[in-house]
Amino acid sequence: MSYSEKVIDHYNNPRNVGSMDKKDSDVGTGLVGAPECGDVMKLQIKVNPQTNVIEDAKFKTFGCGSAIASSSLATEWVKGKTIDQALEIKNTEIVKELALPPVKIHCSVLAEDAIRAAIGDWKKKQETAKPAEVRAAQ
Amino acid sequence: MTESKSSLIMPGHLPEEATSSCWSCGTMRAVHFCSSCGKVQPPVPVDYFTFFGFPRKLNLDTAALEKEFYALSRKLHPDVFGQAETRERTWSLEQSSRLNDAYRTLKDPIKRTEYLLRLEGVELDEQSKQATEKARTTGELKKQVVPPDLLEEVFELNMHLEELREQKTRNEDDPALLEEIGKAKLSLEAKYDALFNQLKTEWDQWDKSLDSGTAGASAADRRKILDRMTDVLNRRNYVRNLVRDVNEALEN
Repeated sequence: MSYSEKVIDHYNNPRNVGSMDKKDSDVGTGLVGAPECGDVMKLQIKVNPQTNVIEDAKFKTFGCGSAIASSSLATEWVKGKTIDQALEIKNTEIVKELALPPVKIHCSVLAEDAIRAAIGDWKKKQETAKPAEVRAAQ
Repeated sequence: MTESKSSLIMPGHLPEEATSSCWSCGTMRAVHFCSSCGKVQPPVPVDYFTFFGFPRKLNLDTAALEKEFYALSRKLHPDVFGQAETRERTWSLEQSSRLNDAYRTLKDPIKRTEYLLRLEGVELDEQSKQATEKARTTGELKKQVVPPDLLEEVFELNMHLEELREQKTRNEDDPALLEEIGKAKLSLEAKYDALFNQLKTEWDQWDKSLDSGTAGASAADRRKILDRMTDVLNRRNYVRNLVRDVNEALEN
């Protein structure tokens, strides 16, 4: 199997590799895995709580080239989007952009899962943070 | 595991051809040979358990399986059919190849479990994709197939392994890191064995659910056992890959 040029590009020059402080209340962390191949993917977003815009995104993936490229692309795509816009990203769009073959579709599924998990984590933090703020205001 | 599900039959039900009459003598036939005249029969699409005449149980007598395999191999060997009709030669070849597939699948405990799960409608490769599609439409957070604690461990260890590889390229040596990875390796190997034992516990549950018949285990009970077996296999995949990666990183 040969990788598409876009996959190779993301693999050789991954965008936004790194990590953020997962305890930061503006940071959402998604850690997901694909049991089929044993890949793990961590995707983090930093959200502006006033605008709900994702201002920064980082990832670290242990897996094949397609998994790395899918998560690299995911970080590029979510940056500058609002939470709601980011939730609209579908794995099929990643498949199309990277020209992933059928056996590598699960890599794109993983990237979509990672986005959702990161947003879910951020939302949970906002919900738990809110009552404290309300209490503080009273 | 290349066979399509449509070619498989339900447990306890032989397909029409399998119980119909022998092409040669017209009496009742068995799966491989006619029970009356002994002529080889055209292959019928039965599952591997049925092929060997076993119930769909996971605690399988591998000695009996092997014995049956060798006995059938001898009887179906192409040399025996050197003088036979063309169609008999073809059938013996087809039956032989099916025999080999069935034996290879059933003798291996993991392949056997995966095969049973597939027979029971669990698609191991599809579960992740389906769950994502469900999460997308419902807006609910997808339940990860692999539990978060294991993912966390996998991620951490991968970070350590990456560090080790980088140190090696710089010809550096960090005894503390090596010790850490060595410890993780032992813990993973223990986990790997524990998962296999857990799988065997589920095998017992499954086999028992078949014995008790309709009065005992319900379809929902059986589904739960299948789900638990799937979960164990998923975890095991991770641990297996991780042990492999650790060994590679330590050796290179």
